[in-house]
Amino acid sequence: MTPPPSTIRAATEWLSARARWHPLEIVFWLAAFAAIYLLPDSHLILTEIAWLGLFALSLDLILGYAGIISLGHAAFFGFGAYTAALLAKHEIINEPVLALLVAGFAAMALGFVTSFLVLRGSDLTRLMVTLGVALLLRELANRYGWLTGGADGLQGVIIKPVLGMFRFDMFGHTGYIYCLTVLFFLFLIARRLVNSPFGLSLMSVKGNPLRSSAIGISVDARLVAIYTVAAGYAGIAGALLAQTTAFASLEVFSFDRSADLLLVLIIGGAGYLYGGLIGAIIFKFMQDYLSVLTPQYWPFWIGLVLVVIVLVGRDRITSWTAPFRRVAARLNWQALARRVAASSTERH
Amino acid sequence: MTVVLETIDLAKRFSGIIAANNISLQIAKGARHALIGPNGAGKTTLINLLTGVLRPTGGRILLDGEDITNLPTHKRVRLGIVRTFQINQLFSELTPLETIGLAVSERRGQGLDWWRIVGSRSDLVTEVVEILERFHLTDVIDKRTAVLPYGKQRLLEIAVAIACRPRVLLLDEPAAGVPEDERHEILAAVAALPNDVSVLLIEHDMDIVFSFADRISVLVNGALFVEGSPEEVANDARVKAVYLGEEAVDA
Repeated sequence: MTPPPSTIRAATEWLSARARWHPLEIVFWLAAFAAIYLLPDSHLILTEIAWLGLFALSLDLILGYAGIISLGHAAFFGFGAYTAALLAKHEIINEPVLALLVAGFAAMALGFVTSFLVLRGSDLTRLMVTLGVALLLRELANRYGWLTGGADGLQGVIIKPVLGMFRFDMFGHTGYIYCLTVLFFLFLIARRLVNSPFGLSLMSVKGNPLRSSAIGISVDARLVAIYTVAAGYAGIAGALLAQTTAFASLEVFSFDRSADLLLVLIIGGAGYLYGGLIGAIIFKFMQDYLSVLTPQYWPFWIGLVLVVIVLVGRDRITSWTAPFRRVAARLNWQALARRVAASSTERH
Repeated sequence: MTVVLETIDLAKRFSGIIAANNISLQIAKGARHALIGPNGAGKTTLINLLTGVLRPTGGRILLDGEDITNLPTHKRVRLGIVRTFQINQLFSELTPLETIGLAVSERRGQGLDWWRIVGSRSDLVTEVVEILERFHLTDVIDKRTAVLPYGKQRLLEIAVAIACRPRVLLLDEPAAGVPEDERHEILAAVAALPNDVSVLLIEHDMDIVFSFADRISVLVNGALFVEGSPEEVANDARVKAVYLGEEAVDA
């Protein structure tokens, strides 16, 4: 009773449907790379958007795909930032890409160790634990001023040219190309990861941990794995900030940074990878625009936007863009649905 | 008789309440074993103990003579102890195709593959479609589980368990809450389970129990009360008393 090949084919296409590139995605990345030539005057803010987008992508991996909420993701961001800054300052690793990798692995190690703290407990517990870890690191950085520069920040960092060829400039030209390339590369890996059997298992763990373990999934091990990967992403985002500004300060660990990050992801919507990137674009331009308009009170307007977003997506803040995504998915999948239907009627 | 799964003096106490009182139960290879008992008798507790959702406060659990008392749930599943749930525990955002695909890929130990696109193993897809066909789910293959009719969800509940290739299958009221006209589909699926799978069925509906089981255990107040063939249990005066609500008779 082997099923007919047409059904198998349809099922195969269905299963891989999530992984197929949507035309809008291609437009998105073409636009991002076109900005290198088209928006040379905006490269400084675009650089910030790129590393913030990567940082938010990291949060999306744990929140949107595995359901781990965090209010202390800056711990890994900051750890990566200080690692990269220290490597450059003490001329341990002079090549930025290599230093970036080391910073990423250092943050991954920290993520692995702290992941065991977020395995148990409710969302509230996780919020408190992650918040605590970030506060802890901030105070450690403050206490060991001989290493980190303490409250003054780490001064005198000089970042050498990328790959020994591309020198960082004050207009952010190199910075943007560098950050965007790193973001794109890591995005491709994340995209591959969430559309793999492993990614599917993460979604199952998020949706129903009880059933996940009942089909043989070690829920804890999966959460540790994705938390570790996400910490590495956050560390690289922090390292990008440190390298493009040649500076690291206690502020990289700050609570505001973690809280803003959650905001960025909520603005863009969690669970489809682009949420963090879109959120970063909106957040940074909004911040830029509003802070010119009203230098003192711009957080008011950000707060208002947040309230509106949460009210619009009342039931689940993580997916207020879900209706739009569902429409897009349906357009893409309707043809497949027809094929499945056709193949099952042809059998009867 | 070869015993597959065995409990020895299995006990579970929740602060003062005895939910499982020294239960010693043997499930034979290929058995169609039913577990019955009044509400609150501890049937689901026993399933939770067998699958590792709950840890016993005493006693042991053996699979093929190996002690599995302290193994976590997911490891027991790998060894072949698989369950269904009385109340659907499904992935509401995934489709039946994805749900079964996930179960099969986990069973094959491919769940950690992170550089492979879902659906890129043709033998896996074939197996998934076979299972979906066997459980009459091909017409809803592409729907989110959350929007499936209840009867289909119940079928999926069993299909997921089968996708794990159980050696011992624990069915917790498979037909619970299913409307009369969809019931036969569930029962047919249960009846068609492979012979080499040992089944422990928890059920309230006596028609289902007596048409299915070749052995019946009666659980009352957390303890094994009576065990025997369907005839023996049906003719047991004490069982009748319990089911007529006259527990005092034998006490």
